[in-house]
Amino acid sequence: MAELLVLRGVSLGFAGNRVLDGVDFSVDEGAIASLIGPNGAGKTSLFNCITGFYKPQRGSISFNGIETLRLKPWQVTRAGIARTFQNVRLFRQMSVLENVMSGQHCRTRAGAISAVLRLPEQRREEQRIREAAGGCLRFVGIGEEEWHRDATTLAYGHQRRVEIARALATGPRLLLLDEPAAGLTKGEKQELAALIKRIRDEQGVSVLLIEHDTSLVMSISERVSVLDHGVMIAEGPPKEIQANPRVIEAYLGSEDAEAALAL
Amino acid sequence: MAIEPGSLGPQSVEARPSAWGGLGAVLDTPAKRAVAIVVILALAVAAPPVLGPYATVILTNALLYTILALGLNIVVGYAGLLDLGYAAFFAVGAYSVGILTTGFGWNFWATLPVAVIAAMIAGVVIGGPTLRLRSDYLAIVTLGFGEIVRIAARNLQITGAASGISGIDQPWLFGWHIASQTDFYYAFLVLAIVGIFVSVRLADSRLGRAWLYVRHDEDAAEAMGIDRVRVKLAAYIIGAIYGAIGGAFFAVNLTAISPESFSFRQSTLFLMAVILGGMGRIPGVILGAFVVVLGPELLRDTGSLRYLIFAVGLLLIMLFRPSGIWPAGGKR
Repeated sequence: MAELLVLRGVSLGFAGNRVLDGVDFSVDEGAIASLIGPNGAGKTSLFNCITGFYKPQRGSISFNGIETLRLKPWQVTRAGIARTFQNVRLFRQMSVLENVMSGQHCRTRAGAISAVLRLPEQRREEQRIREAAGGCLRFVGIGEEEWHRDATTLAYGHQRRVEIARALATGPRLLLLDEPAAGLTKGEKQELAALIKRIRDEQGVSVLLIEHDTSLVMSISERVSVLDHGVMIAEGPPKEIQANPRVIEAYLGSEDAEAALAL
Repeated sequence: MAIEPGSLGPQSVEARPSAWGGLGAVLDTPAKRAVAIVVILALAVAAPPVLGPYATVILTNALLYTILALGLNIVVGYAGLLDLGYAAFFAVGAYSVGILTTGFGWNFWATLPVAVIAAMIAGVVIGGPTLRLRSDYLAIVTLGFGEIVRIAARNLQITGAASGISGIDQPWLFGWHIASQTDFYYAFLVLAIVGIFVSVRLADSRLGRAWLYVRHDEDAAEAMGIDRVRVKLAAYIIGAIYGAIGGAFFAVNLTAISPESFSFRQSTLFLMAVILGGMGRIPGVILGAFVVVLGPELLRDTGSLRYLIFAVGLLLIMLFRPSGIWPAGGKR
C-alpha cells in the first residue's frame, strides 16, 4: 500500500524541552493505525504537528506527496487531514447540524455578496452543505431528532460522535482521532470500534488514532506505533507490539501501569 | 441521501433564532412575523408627522446609531472582535463625502462608492496585520486607530483642521431634494432597513456561521478548514462599510462635520448600543441604539443629573441582564 502520510525526523521543542525527537512515522493509504504511549509521551503534540498547529523545528511531514510543514491548520484540513480533539470541542450554543456544517466550509465558496443577494448558486450550495452534514450525522448514528439541539447538551458519547461527523464533513482522506474512546462506556467503545472500521471500509478514509484503551487499539488497528518521551520506540502489528519488551518497560512505572498489564 | 424539501429549510430557521433573538418563540409563524414587521414599519413611517420636528431629529439620530450599531455588531457580536475605534470608519465615510463634495465639487452619490472603498481600505490596513493576533491586542490597536484618524483630521488642511468641513451639499434623488429633517429621517429609515436585511442574511449564511465558529473556538474552527484571518477580515470590512455609509449620510444631514464628531466617546457609545441590547441579536442591537440615543433625551427634564441617572440605569441593566436587554431565547 502507498504511504499517505510520511514524517521524517520530526523534532519539536518548547523552551528547551524536547517534546518530539527525530520521529519517523508513516500511515498507509487505507490503514487503521494507532499511536500509543504513556501520558506525556508527545502523542497529541505529534498530532498538532501533523495538523499544522505546531511547527516542528526540524524534519519533514508530507501528506499525499504535499509538504505540509509550511501550511496553516486550515490549509492542512483542505488538503485532506481532519481531526478531533482530546477534550470534545464542539461549538457551544450552536446546533448539532450547524456544528457539522462547519466541516463543509473549506469545500464551499459562497461569500458575503452572494449571501446577501441569495443567488441561486448560493442557495444550492447551502442545500449541499446541509445534505452533506446530514449525511455525516446519519453515518455516525445521530438521528434527525437531535440535529437541532444545542450540540453541547447531547449525551457525552453522542458529542464524541458529532465531533467525528464534523471531521468527516471536511471530506478527509485521513482522519486523526485524539483519544476517541476516553470517557465512553464499554458498549459505546464497541460501537466506536465498529464506526472506525466503517469509516475506513465505507468511506475509504484512513484513520490514525491516539488511544489509551489498549484492547480497543489492539482489536482494530493494523499497525501500532509507540511513542515514549518523544521517541518512537516500536512500530509494528499489534501482536508484535504486545510482546515487545521495550514497550512494556515504557509503560511500567508510569501512570499507565494499568495499561501495561492489559498489554 | 434523500432529504425531503422543506424538512431542513424552515427547521433550520427555527433552530437559529439567533438573528431574531427571543422573538423566535413569540413570532413562530411567517404570518405573525409579517404582521410584526408591517406594524413596526407603519409606526416608523407615521412617526415624523405624529411626533413633530423635535422628535424627528432625535429619531433620525437613533436610526443613524442603529446603522452603526448593526455594522459594529458584525464585528463584535458575530465575529467576536472587540473594536474600540469604530468611529474611525464613520469618520472616513463622512470626510470622504465632505472633502469630495466641497473641495472637488463631486455629486454626493458619486462620493458614496469612494467613501465605501476608502473605509474598506482602512479596514484592510488596520485589520490585516492585527487580526492575526489573538486576544485583546486588537482592542488596543483599534483604540489607537480611532484616535489617529481623529487627530489626523484635526491637523490636516484637507479635512479643514479643527473647524472641520462645512457647507456640504444635501443630495438630490430623482428630483427629490433630501434636505428637511423629515427627508433625512426617511433616508436613514431606508438605510436602517437595508442594514437589517443585510445583517439577517449574513447571519444565516456560510460566512455568518464561520464568524460564530471562529468566535466560539478559533482552533476548532481552523481544524475544520476555516481561515480565521480571512473570516475576521471579512467581518471587519463589512463593519467598515456600514460605518462609512452611516458617516456619509451623517455628513450630508448635518452639512458640517468636525473632528470632535468622531471621538473615542462616539466609539464607546456605538459599542454600548451593541452590548446593551444584546450582542449578535439584531432586535437587541436596534433596541440598544435607541436606548443610547433616547435615554439621555427622555431624561432631559432631570437637568444636570441626567447623565448620572442614565449611567446608573446602564449599570443596572448590565448587572441584571449581563448578556443584554433583549432575551436570548435560550440560544446564544
